[in-house]
Amino acid sequence: MSETPLFDVVRDALRAERPVALATVIEGPHTGAKLVVRPDEDPLGSLGDPDLDRVVARDTAGELAAGRTGVRHYGERGEAREEAVAVFIESFAPPPQMVIFGAVDFTAALVRVAKVLGYRVTVCDAREVFATRQRFPLADEVVVDWPDRLLARVGPGLGQRDAVCILTHDAKFDVPAVVSSLATQVGYIGVMGSRRTHEDRTGRLVEAGVDQSGLDRLRSPIGLDLGARTPEETAISIVAEIIALHTGRTAPSLKDTHGAIHR
Amino acid sequence: MVAGLLPPAADPGVRPGCVVAFRTRHTGRVKEILADLDRWQRQGKRVAVARVVDIEGSGPRLPGAAMAVSEAGEVAGSVSGGCVEGAVVVEALDAIERGTRRIVTFGYSDDEAFAVGLTCGGTIHLFIEPLDW
Repeated sequence: MSETPLFDVVRDALRAERPVALATVIEGPHTGAKLVVRPDEDPLGSLGDPDLDRVVARDTAGELAAGRTGVRHYGERGEAREEAVAVFIESFAPPPQMVIFGAVDFTAALVRVAKVLGYRVTVCDAREVFATRQRFPLADEVVVDWPDRLLARVGPGLGQRDAVCILTHDAKFDVPAVVSSLATQVGYIGVMGSRRTHEDRTGRLVEAGVDQSGLDRLRSPIGLDLGARTPEETAISIVAEIIALHTGRTAPSLKDTHGAIHR
Repeated sequence: MVAGLLPPAADPGVRPGCVVAFRTRHTGRVKEILADLDRWQRQGKRVAVARVVDIEGSGPRLPGAAMAVSEAGEVAGSVSGGCVEGAVVVEALDAIERGTRRIVTFGYSDDEAFAVGLTCGGTIHLFIEPLDW
């Protein structure tokens, strides 16, 4: 086992923005015992039982990949469906990513809203005059390139917590952007356009070889049915759709529903 | 123990770029207090850390929110909107002195002596322990 204190390992990972998770026994024998889990490295520390360590390390790696933090219960030897040990699993994952294709007015508003929610935002457009840092000062990265080329580079790093928003509504950009997004593990793919644009685009995507399961994965037209008109309102409807996707909820108004607000 | 005996803990408030409550987990709240932890460690001070491990109902901060207290009573970070920080300082100093690690619960439904209400009406469970690992 490492001589370095576990807290130093966590701190160094946080400073370097590398993913790390900390599992702490908060109830049960060995309260306070810890396990530090990092992708592609052996876990450090121990919760007091090798079987418990193995099970918790596995679960912690999964929680870290999903960016989740919370309490899980185990038996003293890691048995499922037992309650003897409560383990607080804390994920320190880098911020989720949003890739926006199309350097349009809607993009500027979406960048602002995405930054409020903590996304690392990349704006990509093949047109040099539009994809400028001046137009998107809050974006973490502004890239002049074609969607399929950008995704060939960053696509493998996209996961369930990440989002691709395709706002170009121009078939020659949309189709390669959708096709390459579908080849990634990204959790949300939203594509802008009117109902008519959507119908036309769906035909072109089918021609490009996208099957029904691919089409079902798309949020097209993008956003919740809020009646949004302005770029800012539309940006809210897009991020609201992403929140609802992650929570697994449809999104009616609170006024029209019953029960506790937080469930 | 009564929270009111201590001055209210400093609430860092919402800083630019600081996300208060959203399901997406960012590099955790512990990160926000690293600079203070480093300074206290350099000064040779003992420290306790309180982390939100669970919430019921409306909670002002999600699991992972963290607050640290030095043996001198200095505070970094927060675990609620300022409702329970004073009581957490008392618990944290106790953890430093006695080396205890335990879950402490705050909320309206709590009958215990240190039942400090949360204005949002929810309940939060904190794990408070010395930073000796």
